[in-house]
Amino acid sequence: MSLVEEYVDVVIVGAGHAGCEAALACARLGMRTVLFTVSVDSIALMPCNPNIGGTSKGHLVREVDALGGEMGKNIDRTFIQSRMLNQSKGPAVHSLRAQADKSDYTRSMRQVLEQTDNLEIRQLEVTELLVEEGKLTGVRTYSGSVYHCNAAVLCAGTYSKARCIYGDVSMYTGPNGLAAANYLTDSLRSLGIELRRFKTGTPARIAGPSIDYSRMEEQKGDEHIVPFSFTTDPESVQKEQVSCWLTYTNEKTHEIIRNNIDRSPLYSGKIQGTGPRYCPSIEDKVMKFPDKDRHQVFIEPEGIHTNEMYISGMSSSLPEDVQIAMYRSVPGLEHARLVRNAYAIEYDCIDARQLKLSLEFKKISGLFSAGQFNGSSGYEEAAAQGLIAGINAARKIQGKEPLILDRSEAYIGVLIDDLVTKENVEPYRMMTSRAEYRLLLRQDNADLRLTEKGYEIGLIDEERYRKLLKKKEQIASEIQRVESTYVSDQPKVQEFLRAHKSTELKSSICLGELVRRPELTYDMLSEIDAGRSKLPEDVREQVNISIKYKGYLDRQIRQVEQFKKLEKKQIPETIDYNRISGLRLEAQQKLSKYRPSSIGQASRIAGVSPADISVLLVYIKNRQTE
Amino acid sequence: MEDRSNDTIAAISTALGGSGIGIVRVSGENAFLVGDRVFFSPGGKKKLSKQASHTVHYGYIRDEGQTVDEVLVTVFRSPKSFTAEDTIEINCHGGIFATRRVLETVLKNGARPAEPGEFTKRAFLNGRIDLSQAESVIDVIQAKNEYALQNSLGQLKGSLSREIGDLREKILYHTAFIESALDDPEHYSLDGYPETLFTETEKMLSDIRRMISSADNGRMIKEGIQTVILGKPNAGKSSLLNVLAGEERAIVTDIAGTTRDTLEETISLGDMMLNVIDTAGIRSTEDYIEQIGVNKAWQKADAADLILYVADSSVALDENDEKILKQLDGKKTIVLLNKSDLPQITAAEQVLAFTDNAFPVVAISAKEQTGMDQLKQILHEMFYHGDISFNDEVYITSARQKSELIQAEESLQKVLESISMGMPEDFFTIDLMDAYVALGRIIGKEVGEDLIDEIFGRFCMGK
Repeated sequence: MSLVEEYVDVVIVGAGHAGCEAALACARLGMRTVLFTVSVDSIALMPCNPNIGGTSKGHLVREVDALGGEMGKNIDRTFIQSRMLNQSKGPAVHSLRAQADKSDYTRSMRQVLEQTDNLEIRQLEVTELLVEEGKLTGVRTYSGSVYHCNAAVLCAGTYSKARCIYGDVSMYTGPNGLAAANYLTDSLRSLGIELRRFKTGTPARIAGPSIDYSRMEEQKGDEHIVPFSFTTDPESVQKEQVSCWLTYTNEKTHEIIRNNIDRSPLYSGKIQGTGPRYCPSIEDKVMKFPDKDRHQVFIEPEGIHTNEMYISGMSSSLPEDVQIAMYRSVPGLEHARLVRNAYAIEYDCIDARQLKLSLEFKKISGLFSAGQFNGSSGYEEAAAQGLIAGINAARKIQGKEPLILDRSEAYIGVLIDDLVTKENVEPYRMMTSRAEYRLLLRQDNADLRLTEKGYEIGLIDEERYRKLLKKKEQIASEIQRVESTYVSDQPKVQEFLRAHKSTELKSSICLGELVRRPELTYDMLSEIDAGRSKLPEDVREQVNISIKYKGYLDRQIRQVEQFKKLEKKQIPETIDYNRISGLRLEAQQKLSKYRPSSIGQASRIAGVSPADISVLLVYIKNRQTE
Repeated sequence: MEDRSNDTIAAISTALGGSGIGIVRVSGENAFLVGDRVFFSPGGKKKLSKQASHTVHYGYIRDEGQTVDEVLVTVFRSPKSFTAEDTIEINCHGGIFATRRVLETVLKNGARPAEPGEFTKRAFLNGRIDLSQAESVIDVIQAKNEYALQNSLGQLKGSLSREIGDLREKILYHTAFIESALDDPEHYSLDGYPETLFTETEKMLSDIRRMISSADNGRMIKEGIQTVILGKPNAGKSSLLNVLAGEERAIVTDIAGTTRDTLEETISLGDMMLNVIDTAGIRSTEDYIEQIGVNKAWQKADAADLILYVADSSVALDENDEKILKQLDGKKTIVLLNKSDLPQITAAEQVLAFTDNAFPVVAISAKEQTGMDQLKQILHEMFYHGDISFNDEVYITSARQKSELIQAEESLQKVLESISMGMPEDFFTIDLMDAYVALGRIIGKEVGEDLIDEIFGRFCMGK
């Protein structure tokens, strides 16, 4: 029997949201790439919620797009409803969220992959990693075939030794009944990688015709739709949208849950994995917040080619009969017919502190890891990691420095730094409050922050890059003009101010000062700003934000400068922490185990005190001088 | 963590007490700028920033127009200073309280209190100290930090530490609520919340301001000369404490020992601050409980800067007195012969016969409140001769704590401003968290995942 043997540059394990981005990045950067999946029909599958984006996740999608990733473009092609959340709040927390047609999303991403040069898709389970002297050399599949490669990216999601559970029912499958991957984590363990078990869950899907929408509040999409991708023409996405619906649980629902709580595998101890606090099951919500007399339930379409509806807010692992009773106690769902039961899923994943900031394993050169397998949750978090891991796998082969975004540059930077530096006891979800410099890391300026990097890496083409440079130039010169143009107390100006309930002028004032008044905006001032030339909407938006919030933005810019100083202080890879006598024992142990790359990263490790950092600084300085 | 390695730092660089001259050292990029703000030459025109390195200048330190002290200032230009940074050294002449006021004035004008060992650390990082000294620098940093950490908690009065804890809880709650609403806008609404937050923030601000002003009065920490009153039962120790406290208006009254046997008061005598601990009467005893009290009294005495030994002059000294006096060998001690209002049996000679030390002896009457002036006089002399002093780290820690309070105040003030200006809610939480962090530093708490935990713990989130 002769086994298949192939030679490629990069192997991607898994074709979910991380795997797709990783594969596309590698192939687009000229790497011969093979993408393994347990099911080609399930590429870029959305096994849980039917939407992309949302608070802070929308930021991630924008950043992926700004760097040359695919997620933003794909959702722009396949969305069925779109909303910009938090519009009444500051620009830093505006967040785009779109409902997807799940099947279209999958199909469209598959098409993109199929049409990409250098990229091959294989329906095979990767079972073993081949490593020689700490360096990855290839992978073996279930069929026995061997793919020799120089780098691999693990994007195994929630499939590793996965188990889906509700009530007494337990199925050893991945999400949606797809085959689990039962060998990969054994291979990792034999290579000295530590694994752990996380869990998450999903609600039931209910047949649309069995729902009475008249008892619910309609949730429509925005009138003016903003696309995710900076490359999508806004005009092209203005279309008919589908509605979502809002209803609530009630005391009856809660009573059903409480009466059956002992039948929940989470409460009976049948599930051991650690679940996320931010997306608790309905039984968790009822038990942990007994004072709340109702919880929101959003009914969201799974697509336009199906009548299945996703019951957001009611994920569960209660037995089937309890699920049916519980859903039917909700107004509008009295006659609900379940298409798919809710379930919890438990899976193997890694503690990402075994990774470098490049997402490469510290122990295994050439092996990268991304997505839910790293202990994160969410499609967007996965895509962001997949893109970075893919880029860095390619750069490793090209002999280039890895792309590392820091916490002041991108939500992606915050995400990865948190994952590889901090102790995460549950699946990690992005939140705007995790970003220290969020006023600077807005979804509206992701292109200004990152597209130049995307261009340098090779994922952004010349045309898009030139457009960006032009946009930057227009913004800068317009800000300059507004900040140095003065208006005086002429009748026209006073009349304008009166009309907008703004204090009238006593002497001449810079236009910028007027933009900074809460009741005025840059656009409003066009009436009294004669020297203004016609500028595109995205440029005007940046001008307004930059001027209006200047004081706050400048403050964060100064904080970032401080932050960067510590980030830039690299720790030599060969450092032996046990030889630094001034470190406290706990710090010695933590630093030895996690080996941070910079003083800044070291300072974020729990158990390392400011005094330890001082000691480290002195020690490193001493070493340099010696 | 922010890099604060380029800030301008200040500290008192001589031991407090001692000779009565204190040096406040200011080092960093803005040292001269700070100097120009606080230093005034007699003619009023001299700017420290314009002076040559290694020159000395006579003038005054002024705080908002008010003269704090008469000083000599030495200017050191980078790199020719201990830290290799721009540095000024302010020689203060007005004694320890003036020195502190000078430090406070400097802190108000752009410097921050130095971390333990920070001058030395900078000197090393800037290549001013020999490499062989690196190890000892490391030791100093760690040791001083351990000390400061223990002290910042140990010094804080329990009530204050609790108050700061409560404030932090409130701040965290409001921040978490706003963040929950920002994260899950379809679930939590912020309508009307800015008004609520404004009122709440005003309340928190007034709490912080009260703490700051109590810090000014020395109420914040148990600072001062650690003084222990020792003596046999009924020698009049407690009445002495009452007299000291009463006469000079005791500042603090809320500290009680963990057992019934020690009582502590902070007392200011002229320009000195005494932290006085009253102890159980000392005598040989079989009583187990009483023995615990006696042991504790000796523990306190061993750690004290000064001992006031009280003996009853209306009775004869006995073997207990002898034992105690022998045990006080080598300690800074003043002997107080109490009950001078009664017929006298014991005088100074009898006391001094039991010891080889030349302890000062003062006849007092706690009942009649006589002899107090002489006691004060002796204390004053001992203090200014440097015979007794207290650890300056204690004071430095309190300066640091105060500056964190001021930072928290500023941050909350910014919250009010943002609300008044009608800024969106997400702007408030930035300053709220800054205040939270600053308050945490006072009680030695790091932030970690507090906010995320609060969000998930208090507010029900998610799909």
